[in-house]
Amino acid sequence: MTATMTPERSDTEMADRDGFARLLHAEWTKFRTVRGWVIAMVIAAALTAAVGLYAASGPETGCQPVGPNGPIGPPAPCKPSNPVGPDGEAVSDSYYLVHQALRGNGSITVRVTSLTGRSAPGGGLAPGPNPEQNFTSGVQPWAKAGIIVTASTRQGSAYAAMMVTGGHGVRMQYNYTGDTPGLPGAVSAASPRWLRLVRAGDTLTGYDSADGTHWTRVGTVRLTRLPATVQAGPFVTSPAWVQAQNSALTAATAVFDHVSVPHAAAGAGWRGVSIRAHAQEASSLPGRFRAAGGTFTVTGSGDIAPAGPGPTNVGMPADDGFVGAFAGLIVVIVVGTMFITAEYRRGLIRTTLAAAPGRGRVLAAKAVVIGSVTFAAGVIGAAPVIPAGASLLRNHGNYVFPMSMLTEVRLIAGIAALLAVTSVLALATGTIVRHAAGAITAVIALTVVVYFFSVPLAVLPAGAADWLLRVTPAAGFAIQQYVPAYPQVNNVYTPQHGYFPLAPWAGLGVLCLWAAAALCLATVLLRRRNA
Amino acid sequence: MSKALYAEWTKLRTLPGTGWLLLGVVAATVIISATVSAAVSCSSTAACHVDVTKLSLTGTYLGQAVVAIVAVLAVSGEYATGMIAATLAAMPHRATVLGAKAAVVSAVTLAAGTLAVLGSVLAGRLILPGHGYTPANGYPVLSLADGTVLRAAAGTVLYLALIALLSLGIATAVRDAAVAIGVVLGLLYLFPILIQVAGSPEVARHLQQIGPMTAGLEIQSSTGLAHQPIGPWAGLGVLAAWAGTALLAGALVLRARDA
Repeated sequence: MTATMTPERSDTEMADRDGFARLLHAEWTKFRTVRGWVIAMVIAAALTAAVGLYAASGPETGCQPVGPNGPIGPPAPCKPSNPVGPDGEAVSDSYYLVHQALRGNGSITVRVTSLTGRSAPGGGLAPGPNPEQNFTSGVQPWAKAGIIVTASTRQGSAYAAMMVTGGHGVRMQYNYTGDTPGLPGAVSAASPRWLRLVRAGDTLTGYDSADGTHWTRVGTVRLTRLPATVQAGPFVTSPAWVQAQNSALTAATAVFDHVSVPHAAAGAGWRGVSIRAHAQEASSLPGRFRAAGGTFTVTGSGDIAPAGPGPTNVGMPADDGFVGAFAGLIVVIVVGTMFITAEYRRGLIRTTLAAAPGRGRVLAAKAVVIGSVTFAAGVIGAAPVIPAGASLLRNHGNYVFPMSMLTEVRLIAGIAALLAVTSVLALATGTIVRHAAGAITAVIALTVVVYFFSVPLAVLPAGAADWLLRVTPAAGFAIQQYVPAYPQVNNVYTPQHGYFPLAPWAGLGVLCLWAAAALCLATVLLRRRNA
Repeated sequence: MSKALYAEWTKLRTLPGTGWLLLGVVAATVIISATVSAAVSCSSTAACHVDVTKLSLTGTYLGQAVVAIVAVLAVSGEYATGMIAATLAAMPHRATVLGAKAAVVSAVTLAAGTLAVLGSVLAGRLILPGHGYTPANGYPVLSLADGTVLRAAAGTVLYLALIALLSLGIATAVRDAAVAIGVVLGLLYLFPILIQVAGSPEVARHLQQIGPMTAGLEIQSSTGLAHQPIGPWAGLGVLAAWAGTALLAGALVLRARDA
């Protein structure tokens, strides 16, 4: 009995699978034989590619030449760039360092008694005998002063550092992106901070202390390929103050004493050096160093941190494919909606449902077909734009934030997924509304118009735009972000600069949820209503 | 012509969707305008460089999409149901049919647009002073007695009517509602995106001057007119040219083609 039951069940299963395959084939035939839809998909891919490449061919960055007394002359063509960190990411690496060589294992200890700052709102040094006359005092929350152990004084070197900050207490930071908090509170003569870094092989351990006797371990980090001889010493830096419309260079000054390097080579002296690239001179103020007795007074400007697009950075992300996708999106929404509303308009829906009475399965087959076709069109449209857009931008002298092969693939797939999921949302909305014009306008309003309001037009205040980009289908545009936002970096994190309120996949997830919810409602309505 | 007008008016009036869509025009415009007015704030004179007249009419960006639906459906609806055959049998002069449709659709759009704009300006007038946009900070209370505000408000009503005519022309040319609405919304929203990514400021300026939405909405500008890419009325003229071209194309296609 059992022996005969089993094949029967698998027969029905096979028939089911066969049935769905036939439905898919039927829907694919419907799509393929409407010439207008095929042409529209070609147009969607072409628009994505063409608008994306047009966007990438646009910007041309110039550099402001800087003389000893501030900016001079008009911006000139140049090739700005960011240093590259140990993990291949773009970084800022400008600071003032007082260093000596440290061979093999060892440690360095200092006491910091003061950290003050100044900023130059006018855009730098004033001409004349008193170049700092426009400066206002005040320390930046992420101004940093402490000790660093770095592979070399070249920008982008591997490092670990213990530091006091202007407003975030003691931190241990390493290799640009790592950040661990230590003792809270500001530093002053009455409340100094002791900092210590210990090197043992590739491992660096940071300690902090309020009194120089009771030490707390803040963190341990392994720096691979650290050379035998490293540079160690006190450093100071202070990031630019930035707001949506304004920015200002800043500098910080710190006072160090009780500087001790027990295993220093005999006769080694302290040398001060300003770490910054020539092209970056406009992005930091000059630093200096004075030693009196055992006290070092160090002034520095810049930042040791991951770099990202923003008002003060020279670079831009290579996400122009998404501008193109924006153009392709409207076409895809029209076709996705018509894939169902045309059936209602022509009365074909009655034939379709007579031939395949399982209404949910009909809708599922339609979703699979339109989603796959759109995904394919999206890949074809985006595949040339992401790599070619980046090299077009570079050819025009722009700095493009580096992306790995995997990121490129993700961006291409992201554009295709954005188009595909939106076409399914349009299909579901078309099934719910049954009228093309209303459905298309609703989906365009929820995706294109919301994005348009929040990002390029930017009429909405940041809070409202963030909220819209979290809860509406336009959240899917977050998939284009590939340079992360860091809480320990002072920047303007807005969609205009390429930062979205949701993580890339989470944003696409919100769009998928909308499509899934619309499909569920569409299935229920399709089952309940007469065709 | 008056009989044609009466016929078109009856058709539009007796469609159950028309009333809801016109209500949608007013609701979309006023709600977005009021929300944006409520979302901005101005703490000091230096912090806010905002064209409050334009800001209070932000809802136009969305309201125009609903206007486009009304206009597209007035034509495409007839093709979808086959009604167009009866219409053209009853009124063989096709240009008259299109003219009557244009008149009726622009009339209802003007009516709905007037309500939408009055609601938006009223919302701005009531909300904005509470958010720091006070006469003390250099922002007089919005009033239609102010010539610039009146120009922006009346111009926005005309803008919506011209969007309706543009949509009507495109719908007549392409017949299918889905394609028509796609073309209209693409035309409206794509220009601002292209402007955003245009290579040089000159190209961006030219695109702003020829885009139906970007040029047309200059009618709402009340500050910095000397720096705008195109004057308020010239901008509305550009949109009128778009609408006229679309209507002409629609009329020619309608004449030449079987229904």
